[in-house]
Amino acid sequence: MDKNQILEKLAAVVMDGTEDEAKVLAQAVVANKIDPLEAIEQGLSKGMEIIGGRFERGEAYLPELLMAAASFNAAMAVLKPEIEAQKKQLVKLGKVLIGTVKGDVHSIGKDIVASVLDTSGFDVVDMGVDNPSLNIIQQAEKIQADVIALSSVMTTTMPAQKEVIDTLKEMGIRQKYFVIIGGGPVNPEWADRIGADGYGKSAIDAVALVKGLMAKKK
Amino acid sequence: MIIVGELINASRKAITEAIKNRDVEAIQAVACQEHEAGAHYIDVNAGIFLEEEEDYIRWLVQTVQAVVEGPCSIDTPNPKAIEAGLSVHQGTPMINSISLESDRYNKMIPLLAGTDCRIVALCMSDEGMPKTAEDRLRVADKLINGLVQNRIPLENIYVDPLVQPISVDRTFGIEFLKAIALIKEKFVGVHAMCGLSNVSYGLPGRPFVNQTFMSMAVALGLDGAIINPLDKRMMANIIAAEALAGRDNFCMNFMKAHRAKKFEF
Ligand code: B12
Repeated sequence: MDKNQILEKLAAVVMDGTEDEAKVLAQAVVANKIDPLEAIEQGLSKGMEIIGGRFERGEAYLPELLMAAASFNAAMAVLKPEIEAQKKQLVKLGKVLIGTVKGDVHSIGKDIVASVLDTSGFDVVDMGVDNPSLNIIQQAEKIQADVIALSSVMTTTMPAQKEVIDTLKEMGIRQKYFVIIGGGPVNPEWADRIGADGYGKSAIDAVALVKGLMAKKK
Repeated sequence: MIIVGELINASRKAITEAIKNRDVEAIQAVACQEHEAGAHYIDVNAGIFLEEEEDYIRWLVQTVQAVVEGPCSIDTPNPKAIEAGLSVHQGTPMINSISLESDRYNKMIPLLAGTDCRIVALCMSDEGMPKTAEDRLRVADKLINGLVQNRIPLENIYVDPLVQPISVDRTFGIEFLKAIALIKEKFVGVHAMCGLSNVSYGLPGRPFVNQTFMSMAVALGLDGAIINPLDKRMMANIIAAEALAGRDNFCMNFMKAHRAKKFEF
C-alpha cells in the first residue's frame, strides 16, 4: 500500500470499519513511516468529518457516529506513542485544559479536539464532561493552563461558557488564560459576545486557533 | 397494563400554545381522545413554563377532569406544582415522579407521606443515571424502602427503571429489562412502569423498535406505560403481549380487543 492508499483507508475505516481494523491500519502508518500527524489530519479526521456530515443530513445514525468515534480513538491509541516520541524533541507548545461545560454530557466532539490538540504538540488535560465552572477554573489554576477550551453542544448549556468567562473576570484572573469555545451550536458571534479569545469550528481549526494564540503570548 | 396518556405535555408545540392561550377546548379534546383510547391516567406536564408551572398544572388538572371521569398523572419534579395539582385533583392521582436525587426526594416525601397517591419512582440518584440492572435495583431498593417507611403501600409504587438509548450503548435495553425482573422479584406487589420511546433515540424506524421493546418488557413484568394511547399499533402490541405473557385470563381481553377491531390499522 502506498501512502495515499493508507490515508484513504484510514478515512474509510473511521466511517464504517471496526476498532480492530482501525488499529491495524494505524500500525501500517507506523510501519510505513508515514507522519502520524498527517495520518490524523488527512485520514482519521477526514473520515470523521464525512460521517459527521452524513449524520447531519440524516443519512447516518447515532450508532454509526459513535462507532466512528471508537475507531478514531482506537487508531489514535496506536499513533499517540509515535507522536510522543517525536514530541520529546519538540518544545511543548502550551498547556490546554479542555472540558465540556456544566449540564452537558456530550463527549465525542470534545474528545476529538483533545486528541488532535494533544497530537499536535500541546499538553492537554481533559476534564471530561459536565464540569461546573468553578471546577474548571480551579483545575486551570492548579495545572497552570495557558488555554481553557470549553465545549458545549447544546444551546441550553452555551450560557455555561459565558459563566466560566464571567467567573474568571470576577476572580480577577481573566487575563491569565486564553479561553476558546466550540461545539455544534457555538458560533463566532457568541464567542464575541461573551468575550472569548477564539472560536473553532472543528478540531483542525482548534489547532490553528491555539497555535495562533500561543504565538501572541510569546 | 396501566396506561398513562402522555400527550398533554408542554414540550409539544400544540400543547404549549394551548396552555399559553388557556385553550380549554384544545386541552379537553386531547384528554377525551386519550381517555377513550384507553388511558387510565391523563398525564399533565407544564415543565417548560418555569414561573407559571404551578398555575398551569392547577388549570390543566381542572380542565381535564371537567370532561374526563378519571385521574390525572401530575408530571413534574417541582413539589410546589404537585401541591397545586393535588389541591384541585378529584380522586387518586398519580405523581410522576419522585427519585432518589436528595433534593427532589427530601422535598417530595413530606407531600406524599401517608397519602394514597400512586407514585412513579424514578431510578435516578445523586450518582446520576444507572447503567446496569444492579445499579437500578440498588436505587429502587432505597426508594421503595423510603416510600414504604413513609406509609406508601407497595401496590401504589410504580418503579421506573429508566430507559436509555441502545444507540449509545447496546447493553442499555437488556439491562433495563433485567432490572424489571429483578425489581418485581424482590418486591412482590410493586409495579414497574416507564416511558419507553427513549430506547430508540438515534435510530431509524423508531416505532418498530419501541413496539418490540414493549413486548419484551411486558414479558418481564412491565405493567405500566407512559405512552401515546392514540398509537393503535402500540396499544394492540400491548394487548397481544399481555396475553402472551400469561396475564390475560382465557385471552378474554385479547378477544374483546379483536372484536373492537383494535388489530385493524
Ligand atoms: C451523540 C449525541 C448524544 C449522546 C452523547 C454521547 C456522548 N458520549 O457524547 C447522548 C445520547 C448521550 C445525548 C444525550 C442528550 N442529547 Co444529544 N446529541 C448527540 C448528537 C446526535 C451528536 C453530537 C455529536 O457527538 N456530534 C459529533 C461531534 C464530532 O461534533 P461536535 O460535538 O459538534 O464537535 C465538533 C465541533 O463542534 C468542534 N468542537 C466541539 N467542542 C469544541 C470545543 C472547542 C474549544 C473547539 C475549538 C471546538 C469544538 O470540534 C468537534 C470535532 O470536529 C447531537 C445531534 C447533532 N446532530 O449534533 C445531539 C444533540 C446535541 N443532543 C441534544 C439533546 C437535547 C440531548 C439530550 C438533552 C436528550 C434527551 N432529551 O435526553 C441529552 C442531553 C444530556 C446532557 N445533559 O447533556 C440536542 C441539543 C439541542 C440543543 N438545545 O441545542 C441535539 C442537537 C439533538 C437535537 N437536534 O435535538 N446526545
